[in-house]
Amino acid sequence: MTAGSRGFRFSVISAPMLWLAAFFLSPFVIVFAISLVAASDGQPPFASPLLMSNLTFDNYRLLVGDDLYAFAFGNSVRIAATSTVLCLLLGYPMAYAIVRAPQAMRNGLLLLVVLPFWTSFLIRVYAWMILLRPSGLINLALQGLGVIDQPLPLIANQFAVHLGIVYSYLPFMVLPIYAALERLDPALLEAAFDLGCRPWRAFWRVTVPLSAPGIIAGCLLVFIPAVGEFVIPDLLGGPDTPMIGRVLWTEFFSNRDWPAAAAVATALLVALVGPIVVFQILERRGAES
Amino acid sequence: MTGRRSWLLIVWLAFGFAFLYVPILLLVLYSFNDSRLVTVWGGFSARWYVELARNERIQEAAALSLFVAATSATVATALGSLAALALGRFGRFRLRLPMTAMLAAPLVMPEVITGLSLLLLFVTLGQAIGWPTQRGFATIVIAHATFGLAYVTVIVQARLRLLDPAIEEAAADLGATPWRSFLTVTLPMLAPALLAGWLLAFTLSLDDLVIASFTSGPGATTLPMVIYSSVRLGVSPQVNALASLFVVAAAILVAAASRFIKPGAGG
Repeated sequence: MTAGSRGFRFSVISAPMLWLAAFFLSPFVIVFAISLVAASDGQPPFASPLLMSNLTFDNYRLLVGDDLYAFAFGNSVRIAATSTVLCLLLGYPMAYAIVRAPQAMRNGLLLLVVLPFWTSFLIRVYAWMILLRPSGLINLALQGLGVIDQPLPLIANQFAVHLGIVYSYLPFMVLPIYAALERLDPALLEAAFDLGCRPWRAFWRVTVPLSAPGIIAGCLLVFIPAVGEFVIPDLLGGPDTPMIGRVLWTEFFSNRDWPAAAAVATALLVALVGPIVVFQILERRGAES
Repeated sequence: MTGRRSWLLIVWLAFGFAFLYVPILLLVLYSFNDSRLVTVWGGFSARWYVELARNERIQEAAALSLFVAATSATVATALGSLAALALGRFGRFRLRLPMTAMLAAPLVMPEVITGLSLLLLFVTLGQAIGWPTQRGFATIVIAHATFGLAYVTVIVQARLRLLDPAIEEAAADLGATPWRSFLTVTLPMLAPALLAGWLLAFTLSLDDLVIASFTSGPGATTLPMVIYSSVRLGVSPQVNALASLFVVAAAILVAAASRFIKPGAGG
């Protein structure tokens, strides 16, 4: 290797590495440090977390002691998990149908899946507000048809939050499953049929296992961000749907308790480390295959 | 596959697309509603678009958002193409594992965590080295470039895998320095992916509410922040009009990009 190419490699690797170390990695260290500073300091300038005497676990004691946090946390994981399953049930057959579509149509269909992703997330959530409100289009239509007298409570509840998550994250489920199904060698299915396997059995024993990396990647792409989701529970949820992302937002913007918000963020991150690592391993395998 | 089953699949796919598109189409339709009561049809009118054109607060926010999005997408594309090159062409190197880890994590990281952690970094930096003195354009650009970088890398890396390394090797054999070969051989071949990556980073930046809210300061209000504060108070006809413009712009952009960018370039 010549000196010139070593210098080239060094710069190509170090430029993005330095950026990521400065703006992706180091912030987590700082969040953790500030979560250990007394909450009485609320806002900056903080007591320095470098001095042992300033350190306290009060913020974490608050997390454990106050039922609100545990409730919001459990709620977030449950809602994210249910929404992920619903997303899979809706998305897998869609991806399967697109793979089975004639070659000429596939790219167009795929584009239709991706297109909503390019329009604003906030606006897509807002579109459901118009539909679900007590005076929204669905209630007006049902009342107009005489199906109901009183508006149905469609918004400000768990139903609306699930709907919002499935709606917003559906493309993230369909795309990786599609990619996995597309790579699947049709000869394997033919072999199963030749050996007398029935279509359903072939689907469960051949197609589903071989598309498992896509299924897992899709589920993680939906589940992990959904646990910390803020916009959807804030706009579509109600008082009975506290989610941890919204709690963090409130601690920060309304209560102005930055160390408490940092403790919530640290706890959330620790809880998500497992799924994130699995996602990274899948990404790496996908990138290298 | 039996006929009955493929019919079921087609019906399911149609249902999925209806689910994805009906809310957006209704939103566009009702942006032409004359009535102030968003869901009561009061006749066809473009009055909310006219009011939108007169709304200076929204226009200022839109200008800031476009500026932030273009700058952060450019930074993200520059760094992301270097990262993709390292991961796609350098084989094994010592920092490979941390690099892939730090590039995959932002794809799934909940936005509230990213936003809060970057804010606390900026505050700490401000105390320690006196920069940034206040949060605004620069801090939002840094935050957006950081998650945009991860998406750009995914797209560019996918394209790089399809390119034959022999072409770059030929350039090296003919005496081109690594930088020259990268700039004159690899980059032009990657152009469609770079464009797709830039557009994705641009769109994600334009769309972001949570991270921008954390990393912005007084005087720097982006478009999603204006939309959010208006939407929190309830549905608003002006937001309908603005949202429809977003949808139309995205549709045109994606349609144009799909003609320009060959399939397989990602995005």
